[in-house]
Amino acid sequence: MLVLVNAIAGLLFGLGLVIGGMANPAKVLNFLDFAGSWDPSLAFVMAGAVAVTFIGYKLVFRQPQPLFAARFHLSEMKRIDSRLVLGAATFGVGWGLSGFCPGPAVTSLPLLAKGTLIFVPAMLAGMTLTRLTTTLGTSRRSNSAKGV
Amino acid sequence: MATQITPLASTIGGVLIGIAAVVLMLFKGRIAGISGIVGRLLPPYRDNDLIGAAAFILGLMAAPLGYTLATGKPVIQIVSGNVPLMVVAGLLVGIGTTYGGGCTSGHGVCGLSRLSPRSIVATAIFMAAAVVTVFVARHTLGG
Repeated sequence: MLVLVNAIAGLLFGLGLVIGGMANPAKVLNFLDFAGSWDPSLAFVMAGAVAVTFIGYKLVFRQPQPLFAARFHLSEMKRIDSRLVLGAATFGVGWGLSGFCPGPAVTSLPLLAKGTLIFVPAMLAGMTLTRLTTTLGTSRRSNSAKGV
Repeated sequence: MATQITPLASTIGGVLIGIAAVVLMLFKGRIAGISGIVGRLLPPYRDNDLIGAAAFILGLMAAPLGYTLATGKPVIQIVSGNVPLMVVAGLLVGIGTTYGGGCTSGHGVCGLSRLSPRSIVATAIFMAAAVVTVFVARHTLGG
């Protein structure tokens, strides 16, 4: 039951988003609003997450391979290309309009807010459209890289 | 509308996210990037661990219920119900994260932790784009 690891990781991740306040778009938008009702809380989420992941990854990468998989799936891409820049900018505009990035949006689905039920299908449509119309996935695969 | 500043809860939340990212890498060798994991469940299917991706997403979606069962408190969120806004935002997030190869978790948490130059650039750009978007929407358009 190796998928149990994925489910537990997902649950921990989701609980982190909920406890940290990232599942509340109002809090996210206030974090992004330096000129208004600024709420610095999400800097603490990022700091906590990066601190733990930075140290944890250092320890994990001392192993030759993951415990339940043949290899680490890491991107070997180094180039800062227009796709990265345009993609990140496009994502940032959508994030700033809604207060939702993918993790909090998916985590929020069972809460059934109207906006979430509109946002998530639109996001999935955007992902599918992009996956089907770009060679991103194949070019990455030829670089033996997946994920980020 | 102002929201309460929550340094302690937010740090704890961040630590949990970090633990999740480390667990996924230690056991499965995978980046905890949500846009990437969701993308693996969408066509064209190229990944050999669809079940793992689905299990992660189910775990994510179990979190609000888990939180409420553990604390007795509901999950508080304010989500815009503006249909055209949320359609456009969802499309932009879906297209942008797929085209740019990651989101707040993949580039932001995991990529920064690996000191990946691509992720550092991506994170700076999506943060800046989001800040500008909020500024324009709230302070120049008066939204």
